[in-house]
Amino acid sequence: MSTAAAVSGSQGLWFVSRGSGLALLAAFSAVQVLGVAARLGSAPRRWPRFVTGELHRALALFSVAFLCLHVVTAIADPYVTIGWAAAVLPLTSAYRTAAIGLGALAADLGGAVLITSLFRRHLGYRTWRAVHWLALVAWPAAFAHSLTAGNDLRIWWVALIEWACAAAVATAALARLLHIVGKPPEHAGIPPRERTPA
Amino acid sequence: MIARLRVDPIACEGRAVCTEMLPELITLDDWGFPIIGDGPVPRRLLGDVRVTVRACPKLALRISDEGSAHIVRRVMIRGAQLPGTGSGRGNPREQILEEVLGDVIQD
Amino acid sequence: MHGAMTQHPPQPVGPASGRAPDQLPRLLPAGLAAGPVSLAAHLARYGPPPSFGPGQSGQRARQALIAEVGRAGLTGRGGAGFPTARKLAAVARQGALPGARAPVVIANGTEGEPASAKDKVLMATSPQLVLDGAVLAAELTGASEAIIVVHRAVREIIDDAAAERRRARFDRVRIRVRTAADRFTGGEASAVAHWIERGIATPTATPPRLAERGLAGAPTLVQNVETLAHIALITRYGAAWFRSAGTSAEPGSMLVTVMGAVCEPCVLEIGIGVPVGYVLQLAGGAATALRAVLLGGYFGVWADAGEALTRPFSAEGLADLGAGPGAGLIAALPADACGLWETAQVVRYLATESAGQCGPCLFGLDAIAGELERLAGGRSADLGMLRRWLGQVDGRGACAHPSGTVRLVRSALQVFADELEQHAAGWCCGINSILPVRSGRLR
Repeated sequence: MSTAAAVSGSQGLWFVSRGSGLALLAAFSAVQVLGVAARLGSAPRRWPRFVTGELHRALALFSVAFLCLHVVTAIADPYVTIGWAAAVLPLTSAYRTAAIGLGALAADLGGAVLITSLFRRHLGYRTWRAVHWLALVAWPAAFAHSLTAGNDLRIWWVALIEWACAAAVATAALARLLHIVGKPPEHAGIPPRERTPA
Repeated sequence: MIARLRVDPIACEGRAVCTEMLPELITLDDWGFPIIGDGPVPRRLLGDVRVTVRACPKLALRISDEGSAHIVRRVMIRGAQLPGTGSGRGNPREQILEEVLGDVIQD
Repeated sequence: MHGAMTQHPPQPVGPASGRAPDQLPRLLPAGLAAGPVSLAAHLARYGPPPSFGPGQSGQRARQALIAEVGRAGLTGRGGAGFPTARKLAAVARQGALPGARAPVVIANGTEGEPASAKDKVLMATSPQLVLDGAVLAAELTGASEAIIVVHRAVREIIDDAAAERRRARFDRVRIRVRTAADRFTGGEASAVAHWIERGIATPTATPPRLAERGLAGAPTLVQNVETLAHIALITRYGAAWFRSAGTSAEPGSMLVTVMGAVCEPCVLEIGIGVPVGYVLQLAGGAATALRAVLLGGYFGVWADAGEALTRPFSAEGLADLGAGPGAGLIAALPADACGLWETAQVVRYLATESAGQCGPCLFGLDAIAGELERLAGGRSADLGMLRRWLGQVDGRGACAHPSGTVRLVRSALQVFADELEQHAAGWCCGINSILPVRSGRLR
């Protein structure tokens, strides 16, 4: 597909959809990495701790914007038949049912995480935390969707972004796993080895 | 409203996000846990306090409103001077007074 | 107390007024106890408990009895000393709110304090009195159930006593018995509720308060078993009778555990306000010259023996020593024991018994215990650091554990100040130990 051909009409919508999808993947991956960084209590030298958490929240909200753009343009595009319902109900799209279904799954899970986070003071810490773990499933679904729903992996820089995102999230996931495994079991909540008296 | 910043010591894990955002009111002890200054929150810091409370990763901070019980008591006592209120048990104003004071009394 | 609560004129209470004990002991059996008192013997001694009719007149009778407990001036005997009638009224009020669950009464017989034995002795010798009190507290607050949490040593006795009442169909309230958790923090009020609900004996965060939403979201009354025993008698004999012992500011009798360097360590019932020295006499007197006494419990305070013996054993009498009756412990430290070493041992115990939920308690008490051990062991210790940590730990837990420990240490540093210098030079005077750090052992 030549880039020269396209700006108006249906090609335009398709471009915006794919572009916003890629940006969404990058943002969502950054959200995952920042989430793990916030949980691990990382404190880089030049950067106060609260920035990690606040950036995680801010990027998550940005991602919602990208998501809306991505979904609306994909559905509005007349070239492919994806009904409105397919945005939230997996397996109802006519075009590439499984691939779009994964995207819908990611959107649903991400939506649940988002809503519970917005209301977490009212829901209580435990409920919020339990739902937040769904992000663990949302990202792989989004990634699998990005691999199968479009044909752009042939473009070298798209592939680069995809694999960079995967590498970043995999590293974060590994760090989180090591943190869980490394925690001594007796103390609920406060691992004593992480603290030493001043 | 007399607002006080309070930390739930069980939920707190010493992540120390709060002390970065609100150094005016929160310092750390020798083990990394927050010590919150005594006294009500100054009005100029209320906005910062709200943001900090929202930012705590364990939801361990909260703003407790401890002024209104005293305000209600003053209102109730003034109300009891009005004619027709009567006295003795069963006076609704006195009952409300008991309940409000019951909330203020610490266990 | 508010004017509204004392509008009714005082009236003779209960059908059993004629049998009011006119001397001590009131709670414990008079004379040598052969074993737990049976239901029949209990009723023969004290008379029947008050009963309540249905509807409005029953409601008025309940409120009148709560007011009577208020007039009696009964305060909690678990250590905190909170006015009992206020607690009863608060739980009754919460239970009467529209849409509220039925209140629950928890009788706290955990006695996590290793040096204290009064609750165990009370439950072992007068179980029916404790159950009376629990059932009455349930009636007064509108609860349908009373849960008795008991130290494992007396579980069987309480089980038997409850079974005896069930066979006689004595109560309208259901009695459930549970064994307490075997840890120090298990005796704290919210920890008992947490233990019953989830099997974890750790304190919970205070909003919401137990009286508003405790066990399974119901308004919960947690009361020490001795306090309940007093309620059982006040509701029979009235406030004036209760006030005939003790002082006017702190009326009534209380149980005390006397141990350490006394000839006959025991549990006694005394009128509040008798001199500390007199209590030691009742326990056979001091076995040897005394250096100091520990008053209240492990969250209490050390006092110099010479100063303490003449003081009345009451909050008012001990106030200027910074002490109080607390959970009723009087431990006598002989002159040849080391107060700093005893304190270091106890604080290490308290540090390991921390529930581990709050950072300042978990880490702070460990650091304080370490410094005290160095101090007691004659090695170089940093007193400045120790005092700094005491200040940082005080009041920063979800329960009173860190504050109580800080209180004990501060009193030790004050009372044993002379020994601090000796220890810094590497000397220690003491050889014997008197305070247990495992539950259930009384020396």
